[in-house]
Amino acid sequence: MKKTSRLGKYWLYLPLIAMAIFYLIPLYVMLVTGFKSFAEVDLKTMWNLPSGIHFDNYIEAYSKLAPSLWNSFAMVIPAALLSSALGSLNGFILAKWKFRGADAIFPFILFGMFIPYQSILIPLVQFMNAVGIKGLPGLALAHIIYGIPITTLTFRNYYASLPQELLEAAKIDGADMLKIYRYILLPLSAPSFVVVLIWQFTSAWNDFLFAVVLTGNKQWPITVALNNMAGSQIIAWNVQMAGSLLAALPPLLIYIFLGRYFLRGLLAGSLKG
Amino acid sequence: MASVTYEHVYKKFGDVVAVDDLDIQVADKEFLVLVGPSGCGKTTALRLLAGLEEITSGRILIGDRVVNDVAPKDRDIAMVFQSYALYPHLSVYDNMAFGLKLRKVPRQEIDRRVKEAAEILGIQNLLDRKPRQLSGGQRQRVAVGRAIVREPKVFLFDEPLSNLDAKLRVAMRAEISKLHQRLQTTFIYVTHDQTEAMTMATRIAVINKGKLQQLDTPQNLYDRPGNLFVAGFIGSPAMNFFNGKLVKDGEKLIVDTGDFAVPIPAERAKVYLPHTGKNIVFGIRPENIHDPDFIPPGIHAEKVAARVDVTELMGNEIFVYLVSGQNTFIARVDPRSRFRIGDQVQIALNMDNFHIFDAETEQAIR
Repeated sequence: MKKTSRLGKYWLYLPLIAMAIFYLIPLYVMLVTGFKSFAEVDLKTMWNLPSGIHFDNYIEAYSKLAPSLWNSFAMVIPAALLSSALGSLNGFILAKWKFRGADAIFPFILFGMFIPYQSILIPLVQFMNAVGIKGLPGLALAHIIYGIPITTLTFRNYYASLPQELLEAAKIDGADMLKIYRYILLPLSAPSFVVVLIWQFTSAWNDFLFAVVLTGNKQWPITVALNNMAGSQIIAWNVQMAGSLLAALPPLLIYIFLGRYFLRGLLAGSLKG
Repeated sequence: MASVTYEHVYKKFGDVVAVDDLDIQVADKEFLVLVGPSGCGKTTALRLLAGLEEITSGRILIGDRVVNDVAPKDRDIAMVFQSYALYPHLSVYDNMAFGLKLRKVPRQEIDRRVKEAAEILGIQNLLDRKPRQLSGGQRQRVAVGRAIVREPKVFLFDEPLSNLDAKLRVAMRAEISKLHQRLQTTFIYVTHDQTEAMTMATRIAVINKGKLQQLDTPQNLYDRPGNLFVAGFIGSPAMNFFNGKLVKDGEKLIVDTGDFAVPIPAERAKVYLPHTGKNIVFGIRPENIHDPDFIPPGIHAEKVAARVDVTELMGNEIFVYLVSGQNTFIARVDPRSRFRIGDQVQIALNMDNFHIFDAETEQAIR
């Protein structure tokens, strides 16, 4: 009985490992190419390991991408923080301080998640021009607003799982709406904040479309800069790949270090006092 | 310290009437227990008093003040919840201090009150712990402590013991009674457990389907239940009921259940005489049904034929499940009794201690 179940496990692992390898192939190519010299880069040798470990490509890529790397941070950090904060407040109101029609408004907010970026590009640019918010702040604002549905959903579901009696106890203890949020819900929100911050950080960092239409040369975030680093005639693939790794590194590091909180946060609904 | 008054209070959720014309006066320092089956509206009644639900109509007063439109925090009450509702991220100390901090009570005063409450409850050594590090009984104490430190006029308890195991429940029951003695404050306590109600209350309000059934001392509720519901709800095992008729046989007034007929003793017959011919429910508690070999001296015992169905030895007594025609009933008999399953016995009803209810109105006939 035990034996068959273990065998079954192997049969489950086999395709999983195969899929993981398939998924990691581009990553492998990116890594090895990033360490190769320009002469080594060729379609025929693309699977080969580099002749040595050279960091020149990274230095060159960093020198070209540095300003936009910081642009990305300057745009992503406030975008992630603000959309999380707004989502938390929305979630609190929609889960625990329901007003008339709260349950009707919630699906409308969620609806925002399903609007494709492309469909709102023109009105978005026109709106930003009209209100005069341009460049990085405008991009940050777009990400904040686009983030609200998913952050609201996450927080609302988490707060809805907290017992109502907790709030009632606080109410009798003398807390009003804001104090309940500040002293009871906010300190309990860490798991959801981790989830939402990682999510927002990653999606704003990886965005290309909004960035390319909303920002100009000096204010490009890294995704746009990376794309534009490739020259029109010859592409220095080794530098390009090194740059790609640099661009991918921040969200990757965040996920590596906060990943277990991410999972814990996703499961936070089942947490019991 | 204050009295509490419900004046014709109604609470409707849509079409459902959760609290139906509740009219109760609770005296200062009283320990009032609201008891009833689950969903009867007792918790809603408590939440109305706490300000967690809005009253549909009527008035609630704490002391002389109408509190209908007063926020929960300004009602000068403290509440202990069924789930305890401790703040999971705060230490025991901070859980208890939270309400005082929000009220800007000076730090030394907070410290004094928290330590004093912790001492009363025997949780001094737990003050630095988080709720998740506590056992159920300890959490319960912290929840009570959080109420005590506020020094409220009225304490509200919403089924505070129902999440504890049986042994701990008995212990906490006694402690809450002691606490009431010590604090000399009005307690209002909701439970579905009639044993809790009987053991702790100065008065009990029995509620069913949102309506107050009877409000009286535990002893009076037990001895003189006002209607069929109260009679069946208070007491364990529950009172036995037999549908029957009051009939006259010469000078004697008789309860005829169809399966057996028992005469009512002459001195009590006068009360029931005007109801002759009516459909009634005859009620008798298990302890008033005796083994014919162990009939206490000086009672009007009337023998009834029955068959023994099941016996349960409890040590100090035996519960005997009996069948008589269409009726099944329970007797609580002397432990020396030697009933065996299947025996045909002549069981003795103590006719000095029975109840008769109008079958239609379900009210006691007295």
